[in-house]
Amino acid sequence: MTDHLLSLMTFFPLVGMLIILFLPREADKLIKTVTLIVTIIVFFISLPLAFDDVFLTSSAMHYTEFVNWISVGQYFQMNYYVGIDGISLWLVMLTTFIMPIAILSTWNAIEKNTKGFMALALLLETGMLGAFISLDLFLFYVFWELMLVPMYFMIGIWGGKNRVYAAVKFFIFTAVGSLLMLVALIYVYYFAVKAGVPFENGFSIIQFYQMDIPGNLQTWLFAAFAFSFAIKVPMFPVHTWLPDAHTEAPTAGSVILAAILLKMGTYGYVRFAIPLFPEAAMQFTPFLALLAVIGIIYGALVAMMQDDVKRLVAYSSVSHLGFVMLGIFAFNLQGISGGILQMISHGVSTGALFLIVGFLYERRHTRLIADFGGLSKVMPVFATVFMIVTLSSVGLPGTNGFVGEFLILIGAFEGGLRVFAVVATFGVILAAVYMLWMFQRVMMGKVTNPKNENLKDLSARELAIMLPLILFIFWIGVYPNTFLDKMNPSVENLIKQVKGKQQIAMMVEDVDQTVTFITVND
Amino acid sequence: MENLVEIALQNVNMAAILPSVILTCFGMGLLLINVFLPRGTTRPAVWISIIGLVVTGFFVFSGWGDPQYGFNDAVAMDNYAAFFSIIFLFAAGLTILISDNYLHREGYPVNEYYPLILFATAGAMWMASGTDMMTIFLGLEVMSISLYVLAGFFRGQVRSNEAGLKYFLLGAFSTGFLLYGMALIYGVTGSTKLTEIGVYLSAHSSLLDNPMTLAGLVLLSIGFLFKLGAAPFHMWVPDVYQGAPTPITAFMSAGPKAAAFAAFLRIMEYCFFTLKPEWTAMLWVLAVMTMIIGNVIAIKQTNIKRMLAYSSIAHAGYAMVGMVAANEIGYSGILFYMLAYTFMNIGAFAVLTLAGKKGEDNLTLEGFSGFGFKRPYLGVAMTIFLFSLMGLPPTAGFTGKFYIFAGAIDAGYIWLAIIGVLNSAVSLYYYLRVMVYMYFRDPVEDYSWVSLPAAAVISIVIAIIGVFYLGIIPGDVMELAKLAVF
Repeated sequence: MTDHLLSLMTFFPLVGMLIILFLPREADKLIKTVTLIVTIIVFFISLPLAFDDVFLTSSAMHYTEFVNWISVGQYFQMNYYVGIDGISLWLVMLTTFIMPIAILSTWNAIEKNTKGFMALALLLETGMLGAFISLDLFLFYVFWELMLVPMYFMIGIWGGKNRVYAAVKFFIFTAVGSLLMLVALIYVYYFAVKAGVPFENGFSIIQFYQMDIPGNLQTWLFAAFAFSFAIKVPMFPVHTWLPDAHTEAPTAGSVILAAILLKMGTYGYVRFAIPLFPEAAMQFTPFLALLAVIGIIYGALVAMMQDDVKRLVAYSSVSHLGFVMLGIFAFNLQGISGGILQMISHGVSTGALFLIVGFLYERRHTRLIADFGGLSKVMPVFATVFMIVTLSSVGLPGTNGFVGEFLILIGAFEGGLRVFAVVATFGVILAAVYMLWMFQRVMMGKVTNPKNENLKDLSARELAIMLPLILFIFWIGVYPNTFLDKMNPSVENLIKQVKGKQQIAMMVEDVDQTVTFITVND
Repeated sequence: MENLVEIALQNVNMAAILPSVILTCFGMGLLLINVFLPRGTTRPAVWISIIGLVVTGFFVFSGWGDPQYGFNDAVAMDNYAAFFSIIFLFAAGLTILISDNYLHREGYPVNEYYPLILFATAGAMWMASGTDMMTIFLGLEVMSISLYVLAGFFRGQVRSNEAGLKYFLLGAFSTGFLLYGMALIYGVTGSTKLTEIGVYLSAHSSLLDNPMTLAGLVLLSIGFLFKLGAAPFHMWVPDVYQGAPTPITAFMSAGPKAAAFAAFLRIMEYCFFTLKPEWTAMLWVLAVMTMIIGNVIAIKQTNIKRMLAYSSIAHAGYAMVGMVAANEIGYSGILFYMLAYTFMNIGAFAVLTLAGKKGEDNLTLEGFSGFGFKRPYLGVAMTIFLFSLMGLPPTAGFTGKFYIFAGAIDAGYIWLAIIGVLNSAVSLYYYLRVMVYMYFRDPVEDYSWVSLPAAAVISIVIAIIGVFYLGIIPGDVMELAKLAVF
């Protein structure tokens, strides 16, 4: 059974989707229950991964499965090659953990065409899990594109007023980037074949890691991959799809989008762009770090000025993911581990924030900050929950947000990105400003709007959604080692691999310069 | 005199043309049977044609891996021809299945329709198996003349008349170019046999920059590029595709286009391999133009049939990328892509034939508003075909594009591949727009006229299976396409 654990986990939602398609269209609650059960089962299937101690010591890929998928003579070969290490482990866990929560949040929110929504949600889960476990570039690409379709329909059919625009924008932005990646990945493949990588290994990234790609070529290939991932993260100039998509998407869609889909971009850097093209990654570091810092500050400033809570949270994502990018490009243990931890905590906190916005919207059908005020008196439980989540998003010590950001800043400071780290620190302060200011305007003071006087506090279902998230907010905040210990070996291995290649490249460059120097002297 | 006849008969080898002969016999038999059927009774014709296609397909399949050459090497039923024949047979079969209901709705339940499709298919098969200029020309004419009639089949409809006449006049004109090119090449090399021309040209390298050779090459290319609907000879495509009966549009976009590729590719590879740098350079420019023109103009279309016509131009452009690559991967990529395109495009047109009202004025984006909710099954089918046309995994459109672009990249045409994928990015917009109307708009009509006749459902189901089969487990067919190229 454990031999095929990952496949079972990845394709079980697809089985669930088929079941859903055969349920009667009117059986609204039944469909929701079945979907919930399916996602919970997927979570339990994936649970043994989190308790597996092998990740504490080993940086290799585990639970690997390798099956020949497409093979065409000497033209090309693709394999179904999956596996996880300490890095993808937590992203897989995040996915299986967030999905039931997202489904549960739709209980009263999605009423039209439940069947379609749930089928798409399960398809999306398969796509996301598949992308996190793929070790074959072609397979990864297939899953990566597969995620687009369900999200497109989720935003377009169940979204808000401006949903068509947001859905099309989301789709086209992401697809354009990934098409360039497609060209790059085919190129890498033929380069590898010509360089003598065994044909049977297909698009295996483990093989590609070993390759020495000439510097100039790396630059182009890295640019293609990095552009595609930058759109997904999203990084500063290509982030504009995100506020629209987030704001228009239904709550469950926003939660999945923020908690998991955005991580695809940063994960793409860690798993593909950087280790495949380490020297180019080094060249691009100042540029990408700059964009990351611009994203941090710009996202925070724009978030501050929003009058729509959901849009505010969306822009805060731009800011938070800027931190992740900064950490990753520090190229040291603190930076990258912090980045990955921050991916997880951002998933938990921002997912929770979108749920909270969803609760507000379900009660008042508005998301404007000005329409609220003084809610803490009317909804005390809600206020507590909201406060905890807000503080975790701000990065208060003791909550998850702090650990990640702290590690990232240390990493960046030590990793030669000092100036960037200093500027990014202002982002932390700004986060406190926009989050707390928003919290104050929504929750504190007197109840000014009479419509807010009789709002119901959180129901048991809503509390049940929030409690697991709050548990992890504190768990990661107080004892992050549970998570860090298991990702560190893989991260260390990644750094060793990347640094090694970068140093060789630098040495070669030095030699080149020396040679030039000598020849000039002659 | 007696001697000559004997020589000719020795080299006949009927096995080389057996499948197309069978198909032609079915077509002619059908014409006879039609005389005895009462007017309006079309069912028997449908099923007889399907049986004819299946039988032909069986003979094509059984000849796989066992190439037959006949008629003094004027015909070669090799793997290449067999693979293309399968494409034509699928195209014809899917088309016939969606036609019956459509012809009745539009008020032309005329039985001659089916034999004409069979004849066009037989012509296409001769084009694919022809290894002599004359055989190819013969096939092209058989196919084209049947199509001229089919395009103008609705003689009471102005649009259909326009389509038929336009296609006929321009088609005849382009055939003139083709024939002129053939004549010039014959003048230069003294042969109409493809291999002999190739051998002669490579042996006499002084002929390679002879203006007659080059003029012949260019004129030949013009003839085929016209049939492909490649820019700048694409102007007939939108009008003809929009005006022709929808199933015929579906057929034309898949079968005859593949046939034109089959013959064009074989001539280029057999006769002009010595001029490869020249014609790949020419096709590079034309492929880019074709992709850009098709995709960019498609954005502006509001009539879905017309939009698919422009998209079909763009897809011809993608396939041409494989010719530019001019390596085995690119060539077999074309074969695979044409098969994939047959399923996804005829599938999309099949949905259109069912969704249309009499006269088809509602096949606009507006008219499609809310279609996905009112007709969920057809909506899902259309969505699958559109995603495949976009080239998204896990559909045939993706693996097909992958195959072709892999060929281009392997041959070093990185920029062409980048232009290609950027073009598919453009195409996302107009394909998505259909879905925007289908799913994100409120219905304007109740689509109560839409029925689901069994034959059309079978056709759509086959197309969906094809799209996913070629998209998820394409290995076997890719391998066949690999074995099919020279």
